[in-house]
Amino acid sequence: MSFGEQYGTLAILVIAGSVLYAIIMLLNRVMRPSVPTPQKLTTYECGVDAAGVGWSQTSIRYYVFAFLFVIFDVEALFLLPWAVIVGDLDATTPISPTFAIVAMFLFVGTLLEGLAYAWKKGVLTWE
Amino acid sequence: MSEHALWVPFFRAIVVFVYFLLVTAVLIWAERRIVARMQARLGPNRIGPFGALQTLVDGVKMFFKEDVTPAMVDRPVFVLAPLIGVIAGFLSMAVIPIGGEVTLFGETFTLVVSDLNVGVLWILAMGSIHVYSVFLAGWSSNSPYPLMGGVRASAQMISYEIAQGLAVASVVIYTGSLRVGDIVAAQSGDGLFPGMPGWNAIVLFPAFLIFTIGMVAEAGRPPFDLAEAEGELVGGFHTEYSGMKFGMFMLAEFMNVVTMSAIMVTLFFGGPSGPTFGLPDAVAWVMPMFWFFVKMSAFIFFFILLRGALPRYRYDRLMSLGWKVLVPVGLVWALVTAAIVLLEEQTVLTTEVRIGLGVAAAVLVGALLFVGAAPEDADAIPDERDPQDDAAQAPGAADRAENAEEVGT
Repeated sequence: MSFGEQYGTLAILVIAGSVLYAIIMLLNRVMRPSVPTPQKLTTYECGVDAAGVGWSQTSIRYYVFAFLFVIFDVEALFLLPWAVIVGDLDATTPISPTFAIVAMFLFVGTLLEGLAYAWKKGVLTWE
Repeated sequence: MSEHALWVPFFRAIVVFVYFLLVTAVLIWAERRIVARMQARLGPNRIGPFGALQTLVDGVKMFFKEDVTPAMVDRPVFVLAPLIGVIAGFLSMAVIPIGGEVTLFGETFTLVVSDLNVGVLWILAMGSIHVYSVFLAGWSSNSPYPLMGGVRASAQMISYEIAQGLAVASVVIYTGSLRVGDIVAAQSGDGLFPGMPGWNAIVLFPAFLIFTIGMVAEAGRPPFDLAEAEGELVGGFHTEYSGMKFGMFMLAEFMNVVTMSAIMVTLFFGGPSGPTFGLPDAVAWVMPMFWFFVKMSAFIFFFILLRGALPRYRYDRLMSLGWKVLVPVGLVWALVTAAIVLLEEQTVLTTEVRIGLGVAAAVLVGALLFVGAAPEDADAIPDERDPQDDAAQAPGAADRAENAEEVGT
């Protein structure tokens, strides 16, 4: 399958999805009642009036998890191309299988050490 | 592979699109019926045979619902969020073959929208884009509950995404290709002995387990539906949504269940491959579609059973399960897979040695699972209920209330 066909078909799917979404939203707009009142347009707050803005502070832990996510997601990105070729390596290839696996063990080991450090520091535990 | 006639891509895209939409509609009905049965209720039974048209009627009802956009919201992002969710849902199904080769009007093609050469990465990428929909919906609502729901849901999704990515990495190591078509083809032969299916789920059992837990958390389904824990967060990230925009979030959520089941079947259960029972060619092309549907339905059924059987998990335990168990186990298992694949490549191993190695690796990974879970999560059995929900009526309410106090957030 050529590049054009591969991604062209995807484009068709995107268009089909967007068109469906647009049709649904348009139909909804045509058929629905619209009776906005000031009370209806307030932010939901379990009955009391909302005061100030709704962007409240959240736990700093989420920030740490976001950081850890970036580290490990990039790592998974490095792992995948390696994963594709590692099965094809043998004595005749320029890179020996032993080298490939030892290199990846070192890389993943370093990252696991980082995870162990985060674990020991207690950032993975919610208190 | 040669170029096809121009209508073929359109045909494939539309067929797959409609297929997944229909399965989603059936899923919503089936879920309501099955959960009702598990709870000794009737469930929808008025419209159509066994209430099968209920989903359709509910969909039509949605069109007549007022769409309230609260005054404080960040309007462009508020409108964009459900669109991103739905489009990411549609796109992740694009690389999944729903059937084998079919011949129509002289063109032979596989029933898949597009078998990309980076198909597996595509699946993971669309999962990541789905996080944007959830987070932007929570943020743009400018209200505390949606914000908390959005932050929670995105933290949960990105954590389990890593575990899922590592499980997928071991599939890629074992198969040696990122193309979904190759992964399906690699599983179509016999397994360790003739007659046993060569499914990745058997060879890569720990990866399969990680992926199963990850897919439930990714789809935000019970017992991991903390994003919309109604006892704490009202409706989670879509609290402020109403009318069809809310309907679109629901559609995306249910479609996620279907695509997750389909991805699971494709990566670990051989996709559409299965015996054809020596049927004549004229009928045999239906069999792959049949097998795919059966396998996918089994996983959808599993999702529904989970919802009916398990109470909601607690958030701190959810995050520890992801980071302290699934991520380390996934990493180690990926390396173990690579080591075994390379050993296989270098030396001719006998079946006994292979089975021995496999068992040893499984024991190692299993031990890691328990070591990771042991110290502070010794009581991390999924028997934990949302304390606010039913601490009062449930037996053992006292210890649960204690547990809840220890946690706090």
